[in-house]
Amino acid sequence: MAVTIELHKTVTASNDADAQALREELAHRGILLVNLMSSPGSGKTTLLSRTITDLPETSIAVLEADIDSDVDAQRIEALGAKALQLHTDGMCHVDAGMTAQGMAALGKAGCDIVFLENVGNLICPAEFDTGAHKNVMLLSVPEGDDKPLKYPLMFQKSDALVITKMDALSYFNFDLEAAKRRAMHLNPDIRIFCVSARTGEGMDAWEEWLLSCMN
Amino acid sequence: MHELGIVLHVMKTLEDLAPEHGITSIGSVTLEIGEVSGIMYEQFTDCWNYFRKRHPLLESSELKISVLPAVTFCEDCKKTYETVRYGRICPYCGSPETYLVTGNECSIKEIEAEQQQEETETTCTS
Repeated sequence: MAVTIELHKTVTASNDADAQALREELAHRGILLVNLMSSPGSGKTTLLSRTITDLPETSIAVLEADIDSDVDAQRIEALGAKALQLHTDGMCHVDAGMTAQGMAALGKAGCDIVFLENVGNLICPAEFDTGAHKNVMLLSVPEGDDKPLKYPLMFQKSDALVITKMDALSYFNFDLEAAKRRAMHLNPDIRIFCVSARTGEGMDAWEEWLLSCMN
Repeated sequence: MHELGIVLHVMKTLEDLAPEHGITSIGSVTLEIGEVSGIMYEQFTDCWNYFRKRHPLLESSELKISVLPAVTFCEDCKKTYETVRYGRICPYCGSPETYLVTGNECSIKEIEAEQQQEETETTCTS
């Protein structure tokens, strides 16, 4: 018997359900999962390296998602933190299923914070719930203050915006106030941190916020 | 290529739904896609035609895309306008205080499917 069934389901319905299940499971295990998103080269791995070094009391693991190579995982492991490289095999983002596989591969051993370093891309990662408790995006000074205008969804989906490479501010035509204003216009609740992982500027506030999310 | 990820999620959603509705095969799937949702229809259809062959339920399914126009609302002059033509700045009053009303949708609207006969009907034939 042929029938027409009206569904009106979001195309990512199956992913949304997986994401919610993962979020609850990790909360139960006392693990904070942070989804880190940005353009390629904005300093995600450098920010993580500095954060891991600055917080020796906190057990941190990193899921590194890239289309190819394991250079990022090697950098994190060199600091003594646990890192796992996920290859997305051409896919431009990480979804909840891939994140759950990565979490399973990290094993049952406890840790305080797991960072998911998403594929460098300001568009697609914003559209897929990974199951993270917090979404954090990076915007580096050389990228320009116009990014909130061009990629609004990423700013709307993020709980925090970390403006990186602040030590390079004087070399670029980057209007810090305009960048903040544009981000706040899209998302009035977004927390903004201005940091330089190289000099350590602003890292305190970012790390304090991170630790406060663990409770 | 987020089209690839979305196709896989749509297929999983439909496979999960099939037992609940007693569906044995799917003839067509209609998606509602907003004009500015960022989905490339051709790539999406290519991905669909590649992956449907791996799913018995969807093997011969046709993908239909219904495009929803993008409309933006201006908070200052309270008028709406075509997003694709004018962008973020209101063409009536020049205000940047605008937001998208429709055009970002991406949902599975409906499917045409073959359903199992009810058990009571099949037993009647004997």
